[in-house]
Amino acid sequence: MSAALGTRITLAKGLNHGLRKAMELDDKVLIMGEDVGKLGGVFRITDGLQKDFGEDRVIDSPLAESGIVGTAVGLAMRGYRPVVEIQFDGFVYPAYDQIVCQVAKIHYRSRGKTKMPIVIRIPYGGGIGAVEHHSESPEAQFAHTPGLKVVTCSNPVDGYWMIQQAIACDDPVVFLEPKRQYHADKADLDESAIPDPLFSSRVVRRGSDATVLAYGPTVRTAMKAAEAASGEGRSLEVIDLRTLSPLDLAPVYDSVRRTGRAIVVHEAHVNLGVGSEVAARISEECFYSLEAPVLRVGGFDTPYPASRIEEDFLPDLDRVLDAVDRSLQF
Amino acid sequence: MDSPAEPTGTALAEVFGAAGPSQGDGGPDLIQLLTPEGERLHRDDFDLDFSAEQLRGFYRDMVLTRRIDVEATALQRHGELGLWAQLLGQEAAQIGAARALRPQDYVFPTYREHGVAYVRGVDPLKLLGMFRGVDHGSWDPAEFNFAQYTIVIGAQTLHATGYAMGMQRDGVVGTGDPARDAAVVAHFGDGASSQGDVNEAFIFAASYNAPVVFFCQNNQWAISEPFERQSRVPLFQRAAGFGFPGVRVDGNDVMATYAVMQAALQHARDGQGPMLVEAFTYRMGAHTTTDDPTRYRLNEELERWKLKDPIARVEAYLRRNGLVADGFLEDVAAEADALGHTLREGCKALPDPTPLSMFDHVYDELPDELVAQREGFADYLASFEGASA
Repeated sequence: MSAALGTRITLAKGLNHGLRKAMELDDKVLIMGEDVGKLGGVFRITDGLQKDFGEDRVIDSPLAESGIVGTAVGLAMRGYRPVVEIQFDGFVYPAYDQIVCQVAKIHYRSRGKTKMPIVIRIPYGGGIGAVEHHSESPEAQFAHTPGLKVVTCSNPVDGYWMIQQAIACDDPVVFLEPKRQYHADKADLDESAIPDPLFSSRVVRRGSDATVLAYGPTVRTAMKAAEAASGEGRSLEVIDLRTLSPLDLAPVYDSVRRTGRAIVVHEAHVNLGVGSEVAARISEECFYSLEAPVLRVGGFDTPYPASRIEEDFLPDLDRVLDAVDRSLQF
Repeated sequence: MDSPAEPTGTALAEVFGAAGPSQGDGGPDLIQLLTPEGERLHRDDFDLDFSAEQLRGFYRDMVLTRRIDVEATALQRHGELGLWAQLLGQEAAQIGAARALRPQDYVFPTYREHGVAYVRGVDPLKLLGMFRGVDHGSWDPAEFNFAQYTIVIGAQTLHATGYAMGMQRDGVVGTGDPARDAAVVAHFGDGASSQGDVNEAFIFAASYNAPVVFFCQNNQWAISEPFERQSRVPLFQRAAGFGFPGVRVDGNDVMATYAVMQAALQHARDGQGPMLVEAFTYRMGAHTTTDDPTRYRLNEELERWKLKDPIARVEAYLRRNGLVADGFLEDVAAEADALGHTLREGCKALPDPTPLSMFDHVYDELPDELVAQREGFADYLASFEGASA
């Protein structure tokens, strides 16, 4: 019943096909959320799934995020594998208590007797000209919580594989999707390929002068920056972190030991962001290899601004290159 | 200084009497089968024939439940428990609700359902273990169909609703097979009724017609806040606004609670959807052992409720009807003494967990970084071994 795949897919299509595949493989997989049924979600990620799998498996929920996640907990206790869609990043907070106090802790509380195989999908990040609460990057809130795993895809092919891997994982996974990328770039999907493990980072561009660490929406920014830098004779290595909790930093340490310089790029506020943790760990592990302090480029420590100036808030190619310059000049 | 939106005391009194929405004695809608004096009442609805054996069973359950509570409170006073959440006075509500369950039903408790836990077969020592601080509750929920205690107020009502939605998908609702059809009980209190999660649980359960019985023990006090702070209307009346039936039962009457819960559970198992049962009762003890009720409520209120004691009325009924022959009461008392002894000795013997066990079960698959943190801590601990004090 798998739909025929064009070879070139968007992230939205990759996620949609990944969800479909997971539902075909395991009839305990359920999709829950606001507007995920007939509408296919406001971003159409669940398009067509209710039609093919029915209303019992693709559940349009009342408009209450805590209710969605809280009932998913009960369904997981009953042996189901709920995939919950939070409509926008800024709307996850009504469910925050259920996520950090229940989803994250029930396996621990029960000494492993009750598993919580829940995936919480959150479209995140900015750049779509939206009103308040539709452009945020809450990853650090969840990465700081023991018991949760947090991953983010940056491209269509990863979207296809990672959502299936997250659903197959017996631990709860917060799955962050860069909404600006949903319908942007297309990529070739080879369904017969063997994907990288879910909780692994990946070097996406080789380089020797500095290491740029990015994830989700900023991978594209980092790649563009590396392209621009190469025109100026600078060779940047780019790593897509992919997993934020746990972090997979072994490839990062290998890289930084070669380049001596690291710049972390994310849309989230810099203060106490994922970049702060990455910077701390690099300085612990690569102290004698570092030629410059680890630099962070991210959203300023302001609330997400009105959208007419959001591109000034978001780290762009120039701010990444500016940080590369500062690192190289140190 | 006008506040037109604020109902006046007079208006409230007109609707609910001077005592407000708690209606003092529970009001005219209170379902009761056994008066505080032990007199049997009969009704057209929610009435049942109880056998003598069944009533003696209720009595025994309630005496043993009270003993668990009293021993645990004493153990806390002796420093053996960090905390205890007392249920004194709520024995009938819990035993009535628990004895109405079938094995395939599932229960989501708060942190005060010691009587329900006991009926479901959970070793009371495991309850003590949690309040002693050796674990977060070590029973296997799947073994007893009794979830772990949930401390965040009201959070478990959503879990209960989701679990009930799972039962619907598993085809164990409304089949007509009494050994198969199942329902869920979501426990919560009057304070929790103000929580968003409880109200969302009502909405989800109504929307999906989920087989869940919302069982609220309205014990009149949310720590120091009286019921009137939580609600302007009798709690059971809220159900109508969500689109399912609600009833108020005398929570100090084990017969009425059992009868109402049996009906509510069957309603849910039959696929007719959720119900709200408000068990009107009283927290005769403190909220927990850290609380001091003398700071916020009058002793005369407690004295008034003591006259409605849930155990005394069953004993009066059994005695009056000659149902306590052959040393039954003495046997139950001896059994309670033995249970108390077991709990005292067992509690003190509960082993502390090892420091390294804090890393266990954070995840189903422990990440390398957490393994490394555990190993680092193990090395650190080992570095003290053999060192002089």
